[in-house]
Amino acid sequence: MIVALSAALLLAGALVWTSFGSATEATTPSQALRTPPGRSIQITGKVVPGSIGHEGRALRFRVRDRNGTTSVPVVYSGAVPDPFRDGREVIVSGTMRDGTFVGQRDSLVTKCPSKFQSKPGGKTL
Amino acid sequence: MTGAVGDACLVVGLGAALYAVGAAVYGARSGRREYVTSARRAMYCLAGLLTIAMVMLESAYLRTDLSYKLVAQNSSTDTPTFYKLTAMWSSQEGSLLLWAFLLSVYSSVVLFVTRRKLREIVPWATAVLGVVASFFLSLMVLRGQDPFAILATRPAQGNGLEPLLRHPAMAVHPPMLYSGYVGFSIPFAFAIGALITRRTGADWIRSTRRFALVAWTFLGCGILLGALWSYSELGWGGYWAWDAVENASLMPWLLGTAFIHSVMVQEKRGMLKLWNAALILATFTAALIGTFLVRSGILDSIHAFGASTLGVPFLIFIGIVAIGSAGLLISRRESLRSEGRLDSLLSREAFFLLNNLVLVTLCLVIFWGTFFPLISEALTGTKRSFGPPLFDRWTVPLALVLVLLAGVGPLLTWRRATSLPRAFGWPVAFAAAALLAMLVATPAAGSIRSLIMFTLVAFVLAVVVQEFTRGARARRLMGDESWPAAARSLVVRNRRRYGGYMVHAGMAILFLGVAASSGFHAQRDAQLRAGQSAKIDGYTVTYRRPTAAILADRAGTGAPVSLGAVLDVRKGDRHWVMRPSRNYYEATDGSGGAFGRFFTGESTSETDVRWGLGGDVWTAVQPDTSHLMHPITVANSKFSSAPPQMQAVVLAALVESYRRNPPPATFRVVVSPMIVWIWIGGGVVLLGSLTALWPAAEARRRRAASLAAARLGRELSRA
Repeated sequence: MIVALSAALLLAGALVWTSFGSATEATTPSQALRTPPGRSIQITGKVVPGSIGHEGRALRFRVRDRNGTTSVPVVYSGAVPDPFRDGREVIVSGTMRDGTFVGQRDSLVTKCPSKFQSKPGGKTL
Repeated sequence: MTGAVGDACLVVGLGAALYAVGAAVYGARSGRREYVTSARRAMYCLAGLLTIAMVMLESAYLRTDLSYKLVAQNSSTDTPTFYKLTAMWSSQEGSLLLWAFLLSVYSSVVLFVTRRKLREIVPWATAVLGVVASFFLSLMVLRGQDPFAILATRPAQGNGLEPLLRHPAMAVHPPMLYSGYVGFSIPFAFAIGALITRRTGADWIRSTRRFALVAWTFLGCGILLGALWSYSELGWGGYWAWDAVENASLMPWLLGTAFIHSVMVQEKRGMLKLWNAALILATFTAALIGTFLVRSGILDSIHAFGASTLGVPFLIFIGIVAIGSAGLLISRRESLRSEGRLDSLLSREAFFLLNNLVLVTLCLVIFWGTFFPLISEALTGTKRSFGPPLFDRWTVPLALVLVLLAGVGPLLTWRRATSLPRAFGWPVAFAAAALLAMLVATPAAGSIRSLIMFTLVAFVLAVVVQEFTRGARARRLMGDESWPAAARSLVVRNRRRYGGYMVHAGMAILFLGVAASSGFHAQRDAQLRAGQSAKIDGYTVTYRRPTAAILADRAGTGAPVSLGAVLDVRKGDRHWVMRPSRNYYEATDGSGGAFGRFFTGESTSETDVRWGLGGDVWTAVQPDTSHLMHPITVANSKFSSAPPQMQAVVLAALVESYRRNPPPATFRVVVSPMIVWIWIGGGVVLLGSLTALWPAAEARRRRAASLAAARLGRELSRA
């Protein structure tokens, strides 16, 4: 019993340790702008309409705060999820470099559109 | 009209559910059986009412009655008929109705089956089921989640079903998943009943373990269908991303798996009573959390469909269930004392316990990782995410142990294992031989984790084959049966045991697919002009020519525009053609103008997968439509007010110009070895659990006889 409990405690400790040690910080675009370069972070925000452009194989766009106008330029290459487009909420992991957020390959996640969410009063059809 | 009928069904249904709670509790406390019977009938009535409600809503979808808010929101006249029918569960209100409907059907079945059994427990179980049903119904009736809401003005056209959900796997995935979540409410309700009445023997388990197995099977199928959808519809080439909602469906499945194993220990040895009760209470809580997470949006997830209005009542309900369950367990701990004790660590019950600990640990790790963003924000003020690499680091070793246990468990006997060399000899030798063969003849040593998994899979499969042959040989010695006949009667006479072994074999095969495809997959993203080629893992992929279609996409989802590519894939002297494409759906927010709207709306990858037992070749294309923007602007300004037929011609010309003059397109090609075995393994698991579920004619007779004997015994002791 004691062996089992201490093993469980040890495991739990290791789990807490590794998760705080290697989990990436999730930030908003405005927090990302203040993050020192090189630290690996994850940003969540909305794609600024009209900001999506291609540069060779890389995708360039800006992500702004969910409630706000501060935005950060993002450079990203890798898989682009189907729902990705203007105004969508996205999550990207990467690092800040010279004021630009360099996304990790294949880390772009796009939230499903709020299309089938119930809004009071319904959607304008 | 049908809307009023539907609403009436929900209101009367809520009344019936509340009445069932009251009548069942009163009947249980006063001992008046007629009230309990009446409560049971109220649940039948609820099932009937909700069936009518379901038919009403589906018929509104089928005839696309756009005056319904729900129909206008996620269906339209041009949605293909099959997807009109499945559009219901893409809405929150529709999902709630589906949940309540499934619950009422499950409840009616279990109450019918147990109508002459478990006289003390059943009234309380009826009350619990009634409370759960009332909760879901009151969300619809009182919290404004009305599936039959009517719009003030009937729109000319609906939004249509979200294009990503137009996939056969996605059409059946939600009902499967919900059948799983809801199914666990049956053993949950009976566990609560058993705790309240302190009848904590194995009776409640015997009456509900079939339901637990049904729920487990549905949930597993639902998860696998979701993975299949992710692989073949979402354009990233994977099947599992440790996304919050995926995790939410896996947690109750893992706890349910633990429950299905540990109840056998209680049935055989009268041990682990507290553990089993705790497990099923936790499983149901996890199922509620799963339902809640999909819709709440509290965790960042690709499935988070925006903020929902359901958060608070749902959280309160989950809190009541969790705290109430824990309190009940603590107050009944005296009657949950174990009847037997562990004789040896080398016994089947000890390994069941070990398997349970691993499953629960796995579930806790996933729970921790899923909620880590919230936990870390609460503790440190910064939100941190627990990424897939961290999940892999923790879950892979646990999965390895689990597969090992799936092999060892069947080899041990109850109480104390004897003659270990006889039991383990062949399987261990086979696994060692498989390991050697893999080291010599295959590149499997490239990934140590996969190599260990392959060896363990060989071990499990050898164990299952050994159990089947030994059993069949014993039957052949007793009777004069042929091998196939002996194997068949072996399974028929002991469905639960051999069905279970088949499930083990299926899981082993599934893990074979997981280990091979994750350890050895190759992926390449390439931008190609027509005529150019890219090489990946020995395959040469050549972009032959672009394709363009109007209202004729290959998957039949009803997409107005579909752009794609014809690829030539070559490896050695084998070669074939693949046609990935991308579907474009009209924007519904009015952006893009008369022609641009076909390109600014949703677009979905229509991947093309070449399935193979040895490995899949998976392709997706991302056409570059930026070159079309200029002609679209011109068309918008010149033909916006042209007659529809003229506009159709212009759109056809635009699409044709893409085909004539194709810009370079971006391709993703993924080569996944043996990935198809994941779904083959899933099929074997399904077969195994159906085998275990199938009612055995003899067992039924035996049970009837023993019930009669028990009743006689009771009467005699009373006399």
